[in-house]
Amino acid sequence: MADRYLDLVNAGPVKSLAKKLGLPQPAVLRRYRPGAPVLPGPVLVLGSGSGADVLAKELLGWDLDVRRHVAPKERLGGIVLVLDELAAPEELADPMLTAGSSLRDLAPGGRIVTISRPATGTGQPAQAAARQAVDGALRSLAHELRGGATGNGIVLGEGVDAGAPAVLGALRFLLSGRSAYVNGQFLLVGSGVASLPANPDRPLAGKVAVVTGAARGIGAAIAETLHRDGARIIAVDVPAAGEQLAQVANRIGATALQLDITAADAGAKIAAHAAERNHGLDIVVHNAGITRDKLLANMDQAKWDSVIAVNLASQLRMNEQLLASGVLREAPRVVSLASTSGIAGNRGQTNYAASKAGIIGMVRASAAAFADAGGSINAVAPGFIETAMTARMPFVTREVARRLSSLQQGGRPLDVAEAVSFLASDAAGGINGQTLRVCGQSMVGA
Amino acid sequence: MAASPDATGTRPANVLRKAVVIGGNRIPFARANGAYTQASNQDMLTAALDGLVARFGLQDERIGEVAAGAVLKHSRDFNLTREAVIGSALSPETPAYDLQQACATGLETVVGLANKIKLGQIDSAIAGGVDSASDAPIAVSEGLRAVLLELHRAKTVQQKLTTLAKLRPKDLAPNAPDTAEPRTGLSMGEHQALTTAAWNVTREAQDELSLASHRNLAAAYERGFFDDLMTPYRGLAKDSNLRADTTLEKLAKLQPVFGKNLGAEATMTAGNSTPLTDGASAVLIGSEEYARSNDLPVLAEVVDSEAAAVDFVHGKEGLLMAPAYAVPRLLARQGLTFADFDFFEIHEAFAGTVLCHMAAWESEEFCRNKLGLQKPLGAIDRTRLNVNGSSLATGHPFAATGGRLVATLAKMLREKTDAESRPTRGLISVCAAGGMGVVAILEAN
Ligand SMILES: NC(=O)c1ccc[n+]([C@@H]2O[C@H](COP(=O)([O-])OP(=O)(O)OC[C@H]3O[C@@H](n4cnc5c(N)ncnc54)[C@H](O)[C@@H]3O)[C@@H](O)[C@H]2O)c1
Repeated sequence: MADRYLDLVNAGPVKSLAKKLGLPQPAVLRRYRPGAPVLPGPVLVLGSGSGADVLAKELLGWDLDVRRHVAPKERLGGIVLVLDELAAPEELADPMLTAGSSLRDLAPGGRIVTISRPATGTGQPAQAAARQAVDGALRSLAHELRGGATGNGIVLGEGVDAGAPAVLGALRFLLSGRSAYVNGQFLLVGSGVASLPANPDRPLAGKVAVVTGAARGIGAAIAETLHRDGARIIAVDVPAAGEQLAQVANRIGATALQLDITAADAGAKIAAHAAERNHGLDIVVHNAGITRDKLLANMDQAKWDSVIAVNLASQLRMNEQLLASGVLREAPRVVSLASTSGIAGNRGQTNYAASKAGIIGMVRASAAAFADAGGSINAVAPGFIETAMTARMPFVTREVARRLSSLQQGGRPLDVAEAVSFLASDAAGGINGQTLRVCGQSMVGA
Repeated sequence: MAASPDATGTRPANVLRKAVVIGGNRIPFARANGAYTQASNQDMLTAALDGLVARFGLQDERIGEVAAGAVLKHSRDFNLTREAVIGSALSPETPAYDLQQACATGLETVVGLANKIKLGQIDSAIAGGVDSASDAPIAVSEGLRAVLLELHRAKTVQQKLTTLAKLRPKDLAPNAPDTAEPRTGLSMGEHQALTTAAWNVTREAQDELSLASHRNLAAAYERGFFDDLMTPYRGLAKDSNLRADTTLEKLAKLQPVFGKNLGAEATMTAGNSTPLTDGASAVLIGSEEYARSNDLPVLAEVVDSEAAAVDFVHGKEGLLMAPAYAVPRLLARQGLTFADFDFFEIHEAFAGTVLCHMAAWESEEFCRNKLGLQKPLGAIDRTRLNVNGSSLATGHPFAATGGRLVATLAKMLREKTDAESRPTRGLISVCAAGGMGVVAILEAN
């Protein structure tokens, strides 16, 4: 579904008119292209601790110009605020205000990333207050950014250093165009262990990935993106969607597996296919999902059951079967599709939101089992994404949904796929049991 | 991939190796003038190939050879299979040829390509077939054709006008395709009606066979049996001829359509005859080594095949009775009896065709006089016959039926062998226009 408004306000007379009228001015987002620089300009690293020094050095290795001090009037690609040593709320003022003084110099599509530590219930109250304060400051700053710039944070788990490989993996994702529609979010890096790809444009080289619901929409974009990043794909969808599935598979050299994931043996079938055709499986993307919207007062059993069966129960069963099958190789990674509806709720979607919230619980509780297998399991929660699903929404609802995020536009299937690809990569090895929102900082679902 | 030229120049040993069925794909079959009305043979064959490529990850692969054909074929489709290959996701360096043997076309492509694999000439192949009764070629009348050719030769305006003046209104009526035999003028249905009557096959027996075909096909869909044998096309996900809810009562109500002037009771209806159908199928076959080195499954081996023809022109035998001769010859060569088979796939051109073949094999007289056998071949266990439905339910896009049968049987054999940990064997039998029949044996280990 084309967003005509976005096209209009970015060209010619409509652009200045929209500005005068105070209409929303969605920007064309800076999206990843293989080979493109990580950032559209130098990166300013703020913070005085050792973490800041380490990171500044690492960023130099990414062919970036690194600044440790504000140079007036210089166009900046990004700002990294290293706040991992915050001990009291007063210490936040300096880095925040320094960043603030540079915001006017941030290039379109620029990035702001904070690096901080979690405010757990056990630390010093002043320290916890300072750490939690980062949350509110960053999320507010993200709302203030314009020109397709975004602000996100990395939260370092117990014992994780700012310069750990897992932190670098997350930082590169958040600075790059891969995170174009991720805004106002925090990624918890719970372990420093991760392995960074030899070639950052082929982070999934040598991997085998299964993607469910791959015939169209977000699933097709995920299959294409994982393929672009180097993986061999097993594309799964219901037999009835086989014609589109075959087209996707033939575009990307995948094998098409026509399978209803609600079948009792779906996981075993995927395992058998991967074992026979690919000698193993590294990545599982649970993307297939359905909506059967009704107000709860009008909800019937079939609508409730089918949504839970496809969106949640099938994934639990497939995970169990895949873990037991022996087909998963070293460092298996699972990425599930949740939804912002599962976080904020949505009128008419009690069944859907239940299933998507269930996913968030599932990945949290499955993290230990996948960690034991050397891998990880995470979820991606998309907000409003332009697909066949959302093209069916009534015009006004769709228009409102689009403008209801800080980025003032819907995301593309590709934006979700980029986040999935990142979480499926070994560079995200330190992230486990988490749910990452890809919603343009939608006001819905805080 | 074809065998690479041997750098040392030694000739390949002419040792026969096995040819195996790796898998298949077809588009759902559609009753004529239905879902595929706007699809050409080339469109449908390309779709069948692309589904196969997607299932097995054959994108950009150079297959040893692709052979397919159509029974109803436009003259522009002189290179139908090669054109479909070029339009598919296969490597454009994949060679292809067309084959035409009436309704046996599809099975014969499997046999011919399997033989090339057995001889070591190619390592992989795709056999297939397609037919469209909706988009059938329409020929101009002989009168118009003669005039048009003469017009082409005429040099002066005067000559052209004289030639045109020879046209008569009746010359302008096109010749629509039909299934009439050129030498008898009788349609296939009328031919079968003669044979059905001669073998005293009852209306009830035909309706029962048709009912079983629909029920078996519906159950196969229900089990998901076709999930890895079919790719939907143009919005159709199941054979449109399938009537899952048909009953003997409903079938009994249908009026006879063939054999109404035979004196005997007319028994053949639209319910126990196959309708005109559009569709396409493709089967991936290869050497065992090809399958192994490409991480592909092996369903079953293509063991042997036999073709037969009968003299129906002089009334010595029924038009569609050739398989009744081909099967015993094949069994004799292989030293097998019906008891050695786990499954029988007998193409249901008409219910009467299958029942006449089986009656012939049970008949002492037929087996003695026509086949020269001491005793009859015996009965076929009906629980092993067309257990996942056949042409009465799926429909019958002529050249596409062979590929459907081979892929279906190969998968059934693999499942049974895996479930029971023993070798299994199946028989395929296809009757064809021109008094022909082709039969084949598949085995799984
Ligand atoms: N589009 C959005 O805005 C949005 C927002 C939040 C979350 N999501 C989630 O993203 C995922 C993809 O959404 P989409 O918009 O691309 O949807 P879509 O409807 O376009 O595609 C979903 C695909 O899943 C397949 N599928 C459905 N049931 C299946 C089953 N039982 N077995 C196998 N495949 C099955 C469908 O055939 C279809 O191809 C879903 O999980 C959805 O809930 C979408």
